[in-house]
Amino acid sequence: MRFPISSVLVAAGAFAGTACASGPAVQSRPEVAAQGSVRELSADAQALHVLNRLAFGARPNEVERVKAVGVDRWMEQQLHPSRVPDATLERSLASYSTLDKQASELLQAYPPPGLVAAARTAGPESAADSVRRQQAARASRRFVGELLSARVARAVESERQLQEVMTDFWLNHFSVFVGKNQLRYYLPEYERDAIRPHVFGKFRELLGAVAHSPAMLVYLDNAQSVADSGRETQGQRTVARRGGRTRSRPAARRMQELQAQRARVAPGNARSPGINENYARELLELHTLGVDGGYSQQDVIEVARALTGWSIQPPRLGGDGFRFNAFAHDAEPKTVLGVHLAGGRGIEDGEQVLDILARHPSTAQHIARKLAVRLVSDTPPQSLVDRAAATFRRTDGDIREVVRTIVFSPEFHSRDAYRAKVKSSFEFVVSAVRALGGRADSTPLTSLIISRLGQTLYGHQAPDGWPEVGDAWMNTGAILNRINFGMTVASNRVPGARATSWPRYEALREAPREQQVEEVVDALLGGQASPETRDILRSGVNPLASREGPQPAFDMVDPDEDATPRARVRRPAAASPAGLAQIIGLALGSPEFQRR
Amino acid sequence: MQRRVFVKSGALALVTLGLSPSFLRRTVFASSLPAARKGKVLVCLFQRGAADALNVVVPHGEQAYYALRPNIAIPRPRASDTGTAVDLDGFFGLHPSLSPLARYYRDGIMAPVHAVGSPSATRSHFDAQDYLESGTPDLKSTRAGWLNRYLAVSGTCEACSASPFRAVAMTAQTPRILDGPAPAVVISSLGAFSVRAPDASADRLEAMYRTGTTDLVHASGKEMFDAVRMLKSANPLKYGAANGADYPRSQFGQRLKDIAQLIKSDVGMELAFADVGGWDTHVNQGGASGQLAGRLRDFADSIDAFVTDLGDRMDDVLVMTMSEFGRMARQNGTGGTDHGHAGSMFLLGGGVRGGKVHGRWPGLEREQLYEGRDLALTTDFRTVFSEVLTTHLGAGDLSQVFPGFAAIPRAGLGLLR
Repeated sequence: MRFPISSVLVAAGAFAGTACASGPAVQSRPEVAAQGSVRELSADAQALHVLNRLAFGARPNEVERVKAVGVDRWMEQQLHPSRVPDATLERSLASYSTLDKQASELLQAYPPPGLVAAARTAGPESAADSVRRQQAARASRRFVGELLSARVARAVESERQLQEVMTDFWLNHFSVFVGKNQLRYYLPEYERDAIRPHVFGKFRELLGAVAHSPAMLVYLDNAQSVADSGRETQGQRTVARRGGRTRSRPAARRMQELQAQRARVAPGNARSPGINENYARELLELHTLGVDGGYSQQDVIEVARALTGWSIQPPRLGGDGFRFNAFAHDAEPKTVLGVHLAGGRGIEDGEQVLDILARHPSTAQHIARKLAVRLVSDTPPQSLVDRAAATFRRTDGDIREVVRTIVFSPEFHSRDAYRAKVKSSFEFVVSAVRALGGRADSTPLTSLIISRLGQTLYGHQAPDGWPEVGDAWMNTGAILNRINFGMTVASNRVPGARATSWPRYEALREAPREQQVEEVVDALLGGQASPETRDILRSGVNPLASREGPQPAFDMVDPDEDATPRARVRRPAAASPAGLAQIIGLALGSPEFQRR
Repeated sequence: MQRRVFVKSGALALVTLGLSPSFLRRTVFASSLPAARKGKVLVCLFQRGAADALNVVVPHGEQAYYALRPNIAIPRPRASDTGTAVDLDGFFGLHPSLSPLARYYRDGIMAPVHAVGSPSATRSHFDAQDYLESGTPDLKSTRAGWLNRYLAVSGTCEACSASPFRAVAMTAQTPRILDGPAPAVVISSLGAFSVRAPDASADRLEAMYRTGTTDLVHASGKEMFDAVRMLKSANPLKYGAANGADYPRSQFGQRLKDIAQLIKSDVGMELAFADVGGWDTHVNQGGASGQLAGRLRDFADSIDAFVTDLGDRMDDVLVMTMSEFGRMARQNGTGGTDHGHAGSMFLLGGGVRGGKVHGRWPGLEREQLYEGRDLALTTDFRTVFSEVLTTHLGAGDLSQVFPGFAAIPRAGLGLLR
């Protein structure tokens, strides 16, 4: 393969013009222009590469469309999603009714099954009661199905593909778990208000939105973190400033609230509440500095103290969103990463901690590396990570600029990076739907298939999120499920991704096998299949002669009914995949399609 | 039986391919291990949702038990009455739905452990399940599950198997307890663990992965086809239930049947895991009959069928049940029980020092309860886990499996022979 570079020079020049007009991009322009001149990939390969990395794979004819726009211009558009019209997706999303709801509204509309059951009178539960209870449990999770379905729909249909890739990245970086207590009610607002508005914004704003989000405050328990007994709280200071003789009525009420909160934290044991370090620890280790980012256990404790009182409005009382409880805030002095925080302060303690963390060089390095791992390779060159981290520091954590540094780098457009990433299950399924020109399905079914392939959206229990590196996605069970998914698509049993929905299907179904293989390899595997894969797709044992009929490929009843949304998948009757459909199925199950 | 070594490339070759370290580690495990013997098997069964230990292993000798649970207590044993506790030792009894297991207690191969669990004070399902599976109570940042850490540290021991089926989760997704760098196979049903394609397509898919390069994707694919092939030749499905064992049709029953088939087909399985939900009985849990009774019946009938099916093979098999915490000693206002603290476990197998309820009983008087409301904890679950790993599976140093715990020398409970 040849790697012409002349056209790239022209493209980089054209890009420089648009960057000037866009303002903040000016700083990174010279760097981009200089790097654009040494790209190793052909124009076709570049177009496919950006669709694999900055989008969820190519749709039919999309490589041609990107080439027509110009790879650099396309990337620039993707970095500014508001400039990309997205009418098709907006029409699809119009049918969803819960995406714009607040937690309190969802709690009212989809009450937890415990409340429904508790409304019953005592006595042994009859069979009918049991059915009602299970129905209530399912109903209480229905809105989660909408959220999952919408995630898939956006990834499949949105023209703002890089925005969806970044949303996936940041939701994973700030991972929360749907199965924790009542957290699911906060998920729609978490994705909508905390993550999406900031995926190309300043890191500090994103970090702050997450820190104020009920989803994260509940997930990592900060909502329950109160000053250790013995520490002076801000509530007490307020009282003291007011004269300190008697407690004012609101202050007295707050103290009662604190007692009640302590009782909730440790029922029956109001004597030993105190700080909860969970959020503080993950904030340092996962969200900002990184595990080797240079903090101590004492820093974890000090950060936890600074964040005491960062809590939530109780949604059952009709409240929504963040609440700072001064009465629970440890108002004594603290030292975080060597920075002294004076005593007597309130919410500004936590805000200053977020400032310190967002601007720490370890954070720049950690975020730059993680983005490079997502976008470039499992082992990105240190030189690239360093440049992206430098951009992070220079722009005060401007995510758009950090991403720009990465995606316009020669490392990104290098032969080493090309197809170097293994698809996550989400990427695998969504890219298959897109490759076949399919539509998003309005049911949670596709998200359940993704779940069955090992990646339940919002279903990662531990706070570290799904792995960004390939080996986690390649194991015995996972690859078997992927191969079986390909065969399921071949027999038209995946809604939205049917072999017959591929635009070329009708034209090719009677074509010679040789031609079918060539077009499938071109469209689904980017024209690049190993000689072995190509031979095998070509080899023509008549599959109709097979004895073994198709079988259900997915068993999607989740055993853990106490923790996760569940649904039963109805399987349409299937025909045995043959001919062109079989080639498509084999291609989706091939080693080549597992890469992006 | 011949065991395949799945990735034959040397470590150096993998490094030059730029593969990530955890894949490398896993490959080293896989390639440095000798053939498996017909070895010991540990079967972990997780009751998700917090099973009500006081109605599972019933302290019928406690007056306070009946005072705390006027409507849902299990009546004291009466031999002729199947709606009463099945007496074990004059003080404890089993819920009547668990009567199939009483036989194994009398045979000396089954033992409950009472007042056992996590020392964490949490009453959150999520947190407590997390701690039970990570093996590090109150420490959320632990990434791998403790069964996976066991696999990792014992990966080079001589007796360990190189089988892809060394650790099997009969679940839809990798459970936290088996998550981590060491490989584990996740199978939602044995009948479904095959390439769902007409033979011709399956052969072609296999050829695609067998030919060509030795990168991560191909290596995983080869490993998968080896596993499928191995399972096909071992053909576990040919082992019908033996000795008249009758598995319930429930998902849990069928998964235990699958585990028994894997054991009988000698595919080198050392660890098996399955879970079962429905234990979160806040409302109308019932007593000798009702909601919890139904759950326990399926649980006991499934285990009974498993033990019956395996027959003498139970000499090498240990079944260990667990749940994230127990439930409040006092019944609540809706005929159920709220989240509590200590719980109970069952150990069942030829190596168990059975016929005895293990663990110190803390009592149910108000001052004896944890925070005035729950069964107090007298045995850390890691004590039980450590003894099982050491005595049953022959594990050595557990300091990596239970960091901060294994270093403290302590006597086991004498649960196993």
